[in-house]
Amino acid sequence: MSLFAADPLDQIRRERARWEEETRRQRPERQQAFITTSSTPVRRLYTPLDVADLDYGRDLGLPGEYPYTRGVHHTMYRGKLWTMRMFAGFGSAEETNQRYKYLLAEGNMGLSVAFDMPTLYGYDSDAPEALGEFGKCGVAISSLADMEILFDGIPMGEVSTSMTINSPAAILWAMYIAAAEKQGYPRGQLRGTIQNDILKEYIAQKEFLFPPAPSMRLVADTIEFGSQELPQWNTISISGYHIREAGSTAVQELAFTLADGFAYVEAALERGLAIDDFAPRLSFFFNAHNDLFEEIAKFRAARRIWAKAMREHYGAQDPRSWLLRTHAQTAGVSLTAQQPDNNIVRVAIQALAAVLGGTQSLHTNSMDEALALPSEKAVTIALRTQQILAHESGVANTIDPLAGSYYVEQLTEQMEAEANAYFRRIAAFGGVLPAIEAGFFQREIAEAAYRYQMEIDTGARTIVGVNDFVAAEPIAIPILQMDPAGYDRQIARLQRLRAGRDNVAVQKALAALADCARGPDNLMPPILDAVKAYATLGEITDVFRHVFGIYHEPVHF
Amino acid sequence: MDRKIRILVAKPGLDGHDRGAKVVARALRDAGFEVIYTGIRQTPDMIAEAALQEDVDVVGLSILSGAHMALVPKVREALTTAGLEDVPLLLGGIVPDEDIPVLHQMGVRGVFGPGTPTGVIVDFIHNELREPL
Repeated sequence: MSLFAADPLDQIRRERARWEEETRRQRPERQQAFITTSSTPVRRLYTPLDVADLDYGRDLGLPGEYPYTRGVHHTMYRGKLWTMRMFAGFGSAEETNQRYKYLLAEGNMGLSVAFDMPTLYGYDSDAPEALGEFGKCGVAISSLADMEILFDGIPMGEVSTSMTINSPAAILWAMYIAAAEKQGYPRGQLRGTIQNDILKEYIAQKEFLFPPAPSMRLVADTIEFGSQELPQWNTISISGYHIREAGSTAVQELAFTLADGFAYVEAALERGLAIDDFAPRLSFFFNAHNDLFEEIAKFRAARRIWAKAMREHYGAQDPRSWLLRTHAQTAGVSLTAQQPDNNIVRVAIQALAAVLGGTQSLHTNSMDEALALPSEKAVTIALRTQQILAHESGVANTIDPLAGSYYVEQLTEQMEAEANAYFRRIAAFGGVLPAIEAGFFQREIAEAAYRYQMEIDTGARTIVGVNDFVAAEPIAIPILQMDPAGYDRQIARLQRLRAGRDNVAVQKALAALADCARGPDNLMPPILDAVKAYATLGEITDVFRHVFGIYHEPVHF
Repeated sequence: MDRKIRILVAKPGLDGHDRGAKVVARALRDAGFEVIYTGIRQTPDMIAEAALQEDVDVVGLSILSGAHMALVPKVREALTTAGLEDVPLLLGGIVPDEDIPVLHQMGVRGVFGPGTPTGVIVDFIHNELREPL
């Protein structure tokens, strides 16, 4: 049944036509066109006419029920607030361990590990490729010994930990499992997430190592291992965040991310896994950008598309397989180096969008991130922003409060339709991997990024403090200074480790790993063996580099 | 004077954040320059080699990982070894203010941070390459 009966719509149609005519004639507007952050045109007014085909039961439903447009849980934030999960990591394991303890003491509810560039690329801190990158974008973890220090004094069986790691995800996950077991926790009790989303690396973030086929095998191995041994672990976080940061529109973020999700589902099905055995552990990660309503609609559309596809197309029976559970992070790319204090306001608006969009967990960026890694003070303000939203703003008091808004519902429908159009284009390439190889995603994103920059350069889009309302004086804020002894400490630890461990056992474990990599078996058990023998991240990754080879991307701009 | 100004846009180090490099590369191309973009994960030697092969007039680096103080001198050194010590070197990315004078001493002619309009970079290159008569 339609939300609105037919007769009143006719009357609204007539009235609106009259109003539009009068408004256009008599009341000039301040600009020619109004567009979203994604350059989508926005109408002057939304009325029941824009959502005339909306069917409440079919399209919205109730919270915790199919198709989950209104949220994945029955009680949403009335039952439990979203998890305030601040992404953090810098310098050595010792420094980041201190930051985690600080964050937990201040009310942060789950940990989220940022690794440095060498770790993300599977290099030890003393590799020549790591020159100048130690601890810059996250914490350096080169072996199980570093992981033990990172979580020293933090009960790994009680916290939930998200790790932003992709190409070497299986290795860092094995280190986490081994460190937790050394603390005395069985692996079945561990809760957390590895990002492990290699497709978006080829598409946007570019931290790939191996060619797509062996990379997808590693992902399928972790999904399989997790479904058997770590039932509370999210073995993948299918991520739109980086696609958006690379310059995509909101619809591209939505469509490319869900297309990646379908590709992982199909990879696991090809492995012979049953859909309901792994689908409940698939999780997502979206960006929360500046345009409040566009972002809210994106989260709502994502849940609806995923639920429909999982139930109707992939035939999942377990309702937990239909749920799109997501983490969100505010848009780093929206932060300005100019007048950095203003970023506090941007982050608050973006966080509001994520909460009104129904996210399960949230990281809020710090005001100083266009300049450097966040200082402790800046991080605290970002965390307090979430606490104010949760406890003072009232937005957590009722579920999906923007449902029924003509604008939000129309945008939700429109984004779903535009995402479906993208799915058809991707299918025409033969799927996600052929589309990557053809450079399709990369070109679409580069095009959108360029259009956005041109809108700023021409003044069609205003960014406060950057191309308008510019301050005469630069505004300085304190910048995080890292412990200069951290690098030396890390290199010394690595050298001690390599000299002090049982190197025969290490070589045996690495040889067994190479054998397994050449065959069809799951790689997680031999990775765990190598990690427990204190083989380093670089040594283990080198085995894969050797067996799988290195990927080189086609360049488009 | 018919020859277009040739610019190498390069990303040294491990940092894969190539949005800025690609936007700038395209803006420079649209402004009439001949632009060669190396792609990501270039070593200093690869950059110097590309600069030599492509006979460029300007080299622009993009670094967002914070590794610029280690990478820039290596690139400068590789360019000098390749006989390209006079080719102006520009840097874009996340660069703290206090690093800028040091980078100038290392031979970087221009540093462009977040929020720089692409037109500013275009004008800067035209000014840099204007021969004093």
